[in-house]
Amino acid sequence: MAHDYSDPSGLYALVGEFETPERLMVAAEEARKAGYKVMDAYSPFPIHGLSDAIGFRDTKVPWTVFIFGLIGVTLGYTMQFYTSVIDYPMNVGGKPMNSIPAFIPVAYECTILFAAFSAAIGMFAYNRLPMPYHPIFNAKNFERASQDRFFLAVEASDPSYDREAIEKVMKSNGALEVSECDF
Amino acid sequence: MADKRINDLFITGDQTYATIDQSVGRLVLDPKAHTTNWLKWLIVGVMGSGLMMFSIAWLLFQGTGIWGNNIPAAWGFDIVNFVWWIGIGHAGTLISAILLLLRQQWRNSINRFSEAMTIFAVMCAGIYPLLHTGRPWNDFWLFPYPNILGMWPQFRSPLLWDVFAVSTYFSVSLVFWFVGLIPDFANLRDRSTNKYGKLIFALLSLGWRGSNQHWHRYEQMYYLLAGLSAPLVLSVHSIVSFDFAISIVPGWNVTVFPPYFVAGAVFAGFAMVIIWAIPLRKYYKLEHLITNRHLDWMAKITLATGLIVCYGYFLEVFFQWYSGNPYEFKLLTETRFSGMYAKFYWALIVCNGIIPQIFWWNKARTSNFWLIFVSISVSIGMWLERFVIIPMSLTSNYLPSSDKPYYPSFWDFGMFLGTIGFFIMLMILFIRFLPMINIFEVKDLLYKFKGKKEYVEGQLPVEMK
Repeated sequence: MAHDYSDPSGLYALVGEFETPERLMVAAEEARKAGYKVMDAYSPFPIHGLSDAIGFRDTKVPWTVFIFGLIGVTLGYTMQFYTSVIDYPMNVGGKPMNSIPAFIPVAYECTILFAAFSAAIGMFAYNRLPMPYHPIFNAKNFERASQDRFFLAVEASDPSYDREAIEKVMKSNGALEVSECDF
Repeated sequence: MADKRINDLFITGDQTYATIDQSVGRLVLDPKAHTTNWLKWLIVGVMGSGLMMFSIAWLLFQGTGIWGNNIPAAWGFDIVNFVWWIGIGHAGTLISAILLLLRQQWRNSINRFSEAMTIFAVMCAGIYPLLHTGRPWNDFWLFPYPNILGMWPQFRSPLLWDVFAVSTYFSVSLVFWFVGLIPDFANLRDRSTNKYGKLIFALLSLGWRGSNQHWHRYEQMYYLLAGLSAPLVLSVHSIVSFDFAISIVPGWNVTVFPPYFVAGAVFAGFAMVIIWAIPLRKYYKLEHLITNRHLDWMAKITLATGLIVCYGYFLEVFFQWYSGNPYEFKLLTETRFSGMYAKFYWALIVCNGIIPQIFWWNKARTSNFWLIFVSISVSIGMWLERFVIIPMSLTSNYLPSSDKPYYPSFWDFGMFLGTIGFFIMLMILFIRFLPMINIFEVKDLLYKFKGKKEYVEGQLPVEMK
């Protein structure tokens, strides 16, 4: 979520550590219902339904892929059309200059190439990766977020940030530990 | 209980997320996890790569005349090996993309090293056509770029489609493999105790932190890449088969080639996955992650694709007779069924048609010996299939002057054995330096089977009420 990273001091978020994805999911849902918006969850593997629990929805990647797929097929076909019809017309076995069936495979491969690269590059770009430093890495025990623990972070920039209330939501849903994490 | 039974089949023993980290991550983080056996195989691989380098150097010095290729058999071992390697690569993409789309979660345990196999096999494959051009320093002519000659590549030729298909396939497979590794790099970064290891994995993980927003977009991307790779892999081998099928050479001009080639690729590829999976799970104690059920199912896929391939052999024979083309029929009766090369044709039928039928028996699909035996026979058979199709068809043609036998030279074998060594070397290095099983997907698999009971659609877990 948007955050002013120009201020390097101060509190980043309140972070709760959970033992199972289920507890994280329930805690995230409760926190969302309690009105918190600027939050994120961290887990070692993707958890289906967690985005809904947090209230996160994003379709930029699929749209990017679709658009780049269209660009790929257009460029692929145009390239063949320009080279084989306009710039270097050559009669091959009496086939028409614009040999549509013969031009399909290359246009198709260009579609896949563009779409696949836009999927990967788009995912990184929208996720702002690579990002070597992030305040969440300061959270206690956070190295286990890539191993076997599940974290929920409600960021201090949330308009209704209230340490006590969030801690209560997390604790009542089975948080092992709740701690503040600084920039 | 049903859940428990499935769980036992794909991940056996009492596993937790931590034990998965330990059994897979250990192989990368702990050098002691690799014994002298690893070193021996590395030496084999390096020696093979040396042979390959030497064969290439001599080839560049002398020219393609050192190969057995002649006219009419201008396509010899180089193209046979190219098609063979490309085919082997296809199982990796099938496992990573098509089985993902079909929600075959069991592929999570075998996709990583199969994908690595894909990339290395395509690298081996790519060497051949590039050298086959005769003047590899001019290989950039294959790509359309504005040049002072005012010429463009011939886009109506399947050979050029091949350039686009194979280079797209390689780059997309590489991207797919790399993005799959990112969460595992983050895991290794957090688990590594070595200063340099931590730094390297931190750089490779690109700062991955497992955020839900990131996973959300990651999953979208992963499924999209799978959706793009699935038709890609089918198109690549179809296009490879067009190299032959679009020509008018007897034995090549068959409409059944594209599906028959794709099935053959999957057939050879799964055999190669089995060949690697069995020693890996045994020596690195991964039997609880790559279980007998995985081998059983891979063997079943091998059997099924093998039957498709046999149907292809049958159709080839049928069309050669039914086409009414005397040259096709002559090829069938005088080059394949009899003649100096007939032994290769019949060896092919035995290796691909008869031996894989052993997999009908349950016991064979769980026995290491029979799995390896059949897989090696399939690998040989698929190589013979390409030999039967490529040089054998070229030596029997419309013109009597084409009846000239093809003999491979020492350097043909040098290149072939060399690329096998190169492949072994890359796989052995991969096993040492990268996690050979996808850590986060196996955790996901574990969670899917173990955690299901606890969480019921938006309700509190039962135990917490």
